[in-house]
Amino acid sequence: MQERNEPERKTGGQVAIGVRNVRMSYGEFEVLHDITFDVKAGETMVILGGSGSGKTTLLRALMGLEKPVSGAILVRGHDLCCVPPKEMAELRKKFGVSFQDGALFGSMTIGENVALPVREHTRLDDSTIKVLVRLKLEEVGLSGFEDYYPAQLSGGMKKRAAVARALTLDPEILFFDEPSAGLDPIVAAGIDELILKLKRAFGMTIVVVTHELASAFRIADRMIVMDRGKIIAIGTPEEMKASRHPRVRQFFDRVPDQEVSGDDGLLERLTRNLRI
Amino acid sequence: MAVIETVGQAAIDGLVYVGDLAILTGRCAHAAVTAPFQWRRLRGERIIRQAMAVGVGAIPVLSLIAFFIGEIMALQSAYELRKLGAIALVARVVAISITRELGPLITAIVVIGRSGSAFAAEIGSMKVNSELDALETMALDPVEFLVAPKLMAAVVMLPCLTIWADFLGVLGGATFGVAAAGFTLGTYLHATLESLAYRDIVTGLIKSVVFGVVITAVGSQEGLSTGLGAEQVGRSTTSAVVKSIFLVVAVDLVFTSFFYFAAPR
Repeated sequence: MQERNEPERKTGGQVAIGVRNVRMSYGEFEVLHDITFDVKAGETMVILGGSGSGKTTLLRALMGLEKPVSGAILVRGHDLCCVPPKEMAELRKKFGVSFQDGALFGSMTIGENVALPVREHTRLDDSTIKVLVRLKLEEVGLSGFEDYYPAQLSGGMKKRAAVARALTLDPEILFFDEPSAGLDPIVAAGIDELILKLKRAFGMTIVVVTHELASAFRIADRMIVMDRGKIIAIGTPEEMKASRHPRVRQFFDRVPDQEVSGDDGLLERLTRNLRI
Repeated sequence: MAVIETVGQAAIDGLVYVGDLAILTGRCAHAAVTAPFQWRRLRGERIIRQAMAVGVGAIPVLSLIAFFIGEIMALQSAYELRKLGAIALVARVVAISITRELGPLITAIVVIGRSGSAFAAEIGSMKVNSELDALETMALDPVEFLVAPKLMAAVVMLPCLTIWADFLGVLGGATFGVAAAGFTLGTYLHATLESLAYRDIVTGLIKSVVFGVVITAVGSQEGLSTGLGAEQVGRSTTSAVVKSIFLVVAVDLVFTSFFYFAAPR
């Protein structure tokens, strides 16, 4: 508890997303156990964790794509689980999301992809939208690619295009799912720089889910380390580096899980979680 | 007992599925009614694009099939009619069977093969690529955005295609009539028009509208319920085609018996 409250006093900012005692499960299997934390307005929160730690599920819950079994996710005073559809739509217009593989619409050009949210939600005329699209593509370093289809772009360019699309409605909260996964180090560093630039330029709240340590330490104001559906540490990058939590250390020092030795250990592992 | 259980479970699953289709159709209908009152610029464009794909794109293959089926109907019925010395009735047989039954059915099957499968594959691969999630996070409802335009296009285009298929089926019959039954094209078409009642064509068109709803609902439902992975897209496409064909025939039976018993000629 103490660890959670301390940075709150330090930054003292407004809460952009409040997560309260959230539990989520797929069928019988609980993937998130009692998660509580705040994301402050204007900060970059990085959610770190290995595969299967529940970080992607958490992100999907933050975006309102999946509903918690219990607990609340508060955005601008609304609990995402129970917002009426109309207000949910209004909230979502304040969200920008960059999915892991971009999730660009394959049947549309990059320009049409970026223009889609504005075309659907505003009454701007075509020439204004065209200028807006150029501006957004310029911001992510993709000017001149309006007429390309997503399949014609490289992985890094697709991610940039997805960021441009996420920016079109001038969101207050920007979500990134694994922004640097599957990219070479140079391109990945470029995406990190882009995130930092957006933060400096617009002061948006940014939530990033990743397992890339270098990128996490580069962009985070604060970070959460998740392990097996629980938050095991939360704090600034400096606090994280100083953390003595064994699993956190293992994650940061890239130590593999120990092989179980001896018959008892093996038996214990095979029968763990079994209800007999 | 086990057999009863299995049959019962299958019946329940079937009813649940039909219920899902009805919900999907209802959401689309709701979107169609509310859309004109909101500012939705791309809707018209999307409907027209779908209508081109469903309707205009189907014309070449549908024309050929309908023409051949008309000709086959004429040939098959001529065997029996010749024995009765009533070969002149061939125009009547072809006209009635095409407009009431074969025209709508052939059209539906061609559209299932071309578009029902495409709906499932398109929506399914969008789901696999998290494009459906992306739509949702942009506050765009996938049903309203993807399914509703398809439904509107299909409901308009199926009757149009059916009229065209009816016409080409009759022409197919006419080639036999002119070649082997002593008609000229003029007398054949005249005999066709004489034998057709208004309701023959209308009942066929009513069925084709319902077929359009069924094909879009099944194709989209299969696409939306696609699991993860490219293999699942193939599976959805296959089951969209199989389920649509079955449901179209079942709906056909229901409507045909309704027309027979509730409104006899």
